[in-house]
Amino acid sequence: MSEDEPITVSERVRSVPPSGIRRFFELAEEMDDVVSLGVGEPDFTAPWRARQAAIESLERGQTSYTANRGKRELREAIAADCEARYGLDYDPDDEVLVTAGASEAIDLAFRALVDPGDTVAVAQPSYVSYVPGVVFADGEVLSVPTRAEDEFVLTPEALSSVGAEGADLLVMCYPNNPTGATMDREQLAEVAAFAREHDLVVLSDEIYSELTYEGEHTSIATLPGMRERTVVFNGFSKAYAMTGLRLGYALGPASAIGAMNRVHQYTMLSAPTTAQHAALTAIEECGDEVVEMRRQYDRRRQFVLARFEEMGIDCFEATGAFYVFPECPWDDTDAFAEALLDAESVAMVPGDAFGAGGEDHLRVSYATGFDDLRTAMDRIERFVE
Amino acid sequence: MDTQREVLDLLCENARVETADIARQLGVAEEEVAAAVDALEADGSVRGYQAVVDWEAVGEERVRAFVECNVTLDRETGYDDIAGRLVKFDEVRTLRLVSGDYDFALTVEGESMSAVSRFVSEQVAPVPEVTQTVTHFIMESYKEAGIEFGDGHDDDRLSVTP
Repeated sequence: MSEDEPITVSERVRSVPPSGIRRFFELAEEMDDVVSLGVGEPDFTAPWRARQAAIESLERGQTSYTANRGKRELREAIAADCEARYGLDYDPDDEVLVTAGASEAIDLAFRALVDPGDTVAVAQPSYVSYVPGVVFADGEVLSVPTRAEDEFVLTPEALSSVGAEGADLLVMCYPNNPTGATMDREQLAEVAAFAREHDLVVLSDEIYSELTYEGEHTSIATLPGMRERTVVFNGFSKAYAMTGLRLGYALGPASAIGAMNRVHQYTMLSAPTTAQHAALTAIEECGDEVVEMRRQYDRRRQFVLARFEEMGIDCFEATGAFYVFPECPWDDTDAFAEALLDAESVAMVPGDAFGAGGEDHLRVSYATGFDDLRTAMDRIERFVE
Repeated sequence: MDTQREVLDLLCENARVETADIARQLGVAEEEVAAAVDALEADGSVRGYQAVVDWEAVGEERVRAFVECNVTLDRETGYDDIAGRLVKFDEVRTLRLVSGDYDFALTVEGESMSAVSRFVSEQVAPVPEVTQTVTHFIMESYKEAGIEFGDGHDDDRLSVTP
């Protein structure tokens, strides 16, 4: 420690590099007229009724903390909604925890369930927070790459290939960011069997569950023997376009949720009260808006897939979230993304920013208005020709 | 939803969208979309395509009034007969039979307030079945055909996020 630098950043934090996305953000921010396909959040605005509920709660002066676990009414609504949609049956009293975004819930799970040295298998490519979250909890990350030829579905073979039999926890996210892959019941059953056989706890991030375009979303927690070993994460950010309101939740056995709440009550106290009011109205009254947004995303998804096919760019048929994950036409994805940004002002994120398995691919977000999306695809076409 | 219905949906959002882009969004052949559009036009489902214009932005004054119109019917004359006369005027941009305190709701357009007033008093009011008209001049348009005329909401998202 030098004398003029009395603050030493912990080794744990120093060991986590800044997000790979950050560099592209900085490059894109420097330019004008960027059409960005690099945005990981909806382009829609939260439904007006949900926003109105937030405003009205403020007018009524509802600015205090809520119960640590979240407003009871909201927990009941979440439990009822998850039961109706996905057949997930959780007790609002001790099996539901309302958090500041699903991201907080995921962090809580790591801190509550990971002991130093525990191994956490992370199915990749994945959302960028899982690996740092494990590191911050002093866990060991075991990266499990999924493969383009499997359409980025997690398989027992992928798990075995890196020795995930010995892991303590498994983190997975389907529908997936960044690939747009989804997993059906049969595919999940194979992973579930692996988890049961090797005694893995599953952390299942299902934040994109409502954005499933072919068939219904299945939660791994609904498979036999999985409820007791799974914590499910979901929230309002994607389905209801409420990212900035920061509201998510975790569902799981009382032991896990209780432990997570222990951390939550000392760190967050309770999720933002205003957002909880918005969420309650969203869940009760804004189902039609979700259906409409899903319809819009689905049309854009088909449009983008069709355009890539016409350009001769290989892209598997992503069926969830709001991403497609084409193969990069160049060997060097970073160079391609930078050149595209430079020449055509179109931003997309190189797949390797999302971990193993993402190399040679690009994440293309279609959470962008149709006109912009068409402009972006025209420019990409011009660029690759 | 069948293709024709989905095509209709997309045309309602943006009637200028290209056939090829509709086809890509719905995952169907371009020919199928073209056939659906033809069918919608042929059977009178789609009656026309128009721009939604903010005339104030163009810098042109378009005076429009919303006119409530009461009528009396007799054995020989029904609503359709009266409507059949009123629709003929170019000044009448919309004509609807409505429930409530009056019978017809018209939107009338003209070059000036006096032109609109004159039209109502000289062409609508004198129709024998018309018993009363109430004219409301439109002072400001905030939303037309589902499109907001305000400055709108800029995309305030960061350009690249996880």
